[in-house]
Amino acid sequence: MTVTAPARRPRSTPSASEPPRVRMGRAALLTVVMFVGLAVIGMISAGHGAYGIPMGDIVASFLNRLGVGGHALERVPESVLWDIRFPRVVLAIVVGACLGCAGAVMQGVFGNPLAEPGVIGISSGAAVGAVCAIALGVNLFGNWTVTVFAFISGLITVLVVYSLSRQGGRTEVITLILTGIAVNAFGGAAIGLFIFVADNSELTAITFWQMGSLAQASWQKVMAVLPFALAGLIIAPMYARRLDLLSLGERPARHLGVDVERMRVVLILVVAVLTAAAVAVSGIIGFIGLVIPHLLRMAAGPGHRFLVPGSALGGALILTAADFTARTIAAPAELPLGVLTALVGSPFFFWLLRRTRRKQGGWA
Amino acid sequence: MIGWSKRRRLPEPVVHGDVLLEAFGVTVELSGKTVVDDVHVDARAGEVLALVGPNGAGKSTLLSALSGDAVPSKGSVEVRGRSVSAWSALELAMRRAVLPQAATLSFPFVVADVVAMGRAPWSGTPRDENDEAHIDEAMRRCEVEEFGPRSFQALSGGERARVALARVLAQDTDILMLDEPTAAMDLRHQELVLRLCREKASAGVAVIVVLHDLGLAAAYCDRVAILHHGRLEACGAPAAVFEADLLSRVYRQDVEVFPHPHTEDLIVLPRRDHGFKLG
Repeated sequence: MTVTAPARRPRSTPSASEPPRVRMGRAALLTVVMFVGLAVIGMISAGHGAYGIPMGDIVASFLNRLGVGGHALERVPESVLWDIRFPRVVLAIVVGACLGCAGAVMQGVFGNPLAEPGVIGISSGAAVGAVCAIALGVNLFGNWTVTVFAFISGLITVLVVYSLSRQGGRTEVITLILTGIAVNAFGGAAIGLFIFVADNSELTAITFWQMGSLAQASWQKVMAVLPFALAGLIIAPMYARRLDLLSLGERPARHLGVDVERMRVVLILVVAVLTAAAVAVSGIIGFIGLVIPHLLRMAAGPGHRFLVPGSALGGALILTAADFTARTIAAPAELPLGVLTALVGSPFFFWLLRRTRRKQGGWA
Repeated sequence: MIGWSKRRRLPEPVVHGDVLLEAFGVTVELSGKTVVDDVHVDARAGEVLALVGPNGAGKSTLLSALSGDAVPSKGSVEVRGRSVSAWSALELAMRRAVLPQAATLSFPFVVADVVAMGRAPWSGTPRDENDEAHIDEAMRRCEVEEFGPRSFQALSGGERARVALARVLAQDTDILMLDEPTAAMDLRHQELVLRLCREKASAGVAVIVVLHDLGLAAAYCDRVAILHHGRLEACGAPAAVFEADLLSRVYRQDVEVFPHPHTEDLIVLPRRDHGFKLG
């Protein structure tokens, strides 16, 4: 919970819609810090690995490709940088942004800080679609097939979870978590079935979903999810102010002029698109959407105008850092990324659960 | 902002005595049970209308029908001469503000932000230039200025209720609907809320307020609508409708009604011939 200094806006400011100055300053500072952090981590990640590339060379090659000076590298480092490392960094950024943003939007829609695509089963729902596409060798939409399948099954899952866990316009924590358990169990069983019918090469591909990894990164993968990710990331912040109003409850939000039904439909689609985009290329990577919005809320207040885009940025930063850690900490072996985020994320989730329970004085 | 900037009609000017909201034979059924039965009421600019009645009489349900939340199975509600369902959510939000019975908040917004949310309907209209003034004014009136930087969730029930009221006042609409605004409040703030209702009314607002305290209703309201089993039992000036027999029957409790020795306001008290002396 953040308590900031008295919020006095200057009289000349025409709109009271602006958040108080102090937290706006903090949000701006955080944004800059996260951007710089992302650039630094991205560069470090691009330089490190089995084949080391000095920072200066990375900058030179980057500028060269932009056509503003610099120079091309030799064939091998140039290829390592542009065919292996950069796609992976970019994919981490895209997937992280999707996960962070989806978490912030979902928490806003449910009015519940524990909502997250992984926790409540949306990710495994989307994974079912992706695995289905791989196991049955479907190729309806070319490069986008896996993503589209992940989107469809993710969307169905969001709708199921939403209708099952809401009662009288409210979502109770306990209902949400239990619904998540049920949905995750079903998703796991469905994936199990597809594994049962899959052949060996498909099996390898499917195993990758369950652990979550960016090791298969390529520009093709980036392009497969980029349109979906961008659509979600652009639409979500447009609803930021209305998400603020929704935190008063559905009826008060409607009394303040929000078309709640329409907003809910759009944002559920957004969550499904973002989750599908992330899951389609990286498998199930949990807790990013839970941890990032929560930390940002503590640092800069709950206003969604910062929280939604900020969570996308923060998610990108954290996932890039996590992926770098996953592939260097046990080099030359590589930790599955989903395993790493779960290792760090689940204790946090546990702490959050206990805190929420303490605040509510029990579940029942 | 996209979705907000659609063509919308700003509220029409108001003349004292105009009927701003009218319910025509409204019947509301909730899970098969008739909760509000064929009620006809109107709210006029410059007037405070109280909805009173025993628990379960249908006061809040009637209010939610008037605000457009509950859909009547029979009859209709008109706001400024137009069916409440014909207005868009945003256009309705420029015309009526609603204070819910319980003020909740999912995330730890500070009080100043919560009150500022009341200005949302005016965003992007010529009237959003006064946002700051309306927010300050509403916070001052509800005595919540010093809470400004504090988290809403850290406040007590009565304090939250005042913040919620400030948000509703900041919305600055011609129709004000308050569902039991005094429920969580101490004596001082109960009076403050109803004084505010009076002030708003004299500024031309039509105020509809659900009340349990009949003394407050008698002292501050122009008209009182008494609901009983979902039906409108009586509606008129307190002096005309606060009648001991009627109230005793509706509340199933013997009451006496008598004028205050100085102010002449009606006082409604349960008859307490309990035959024992305290102390």
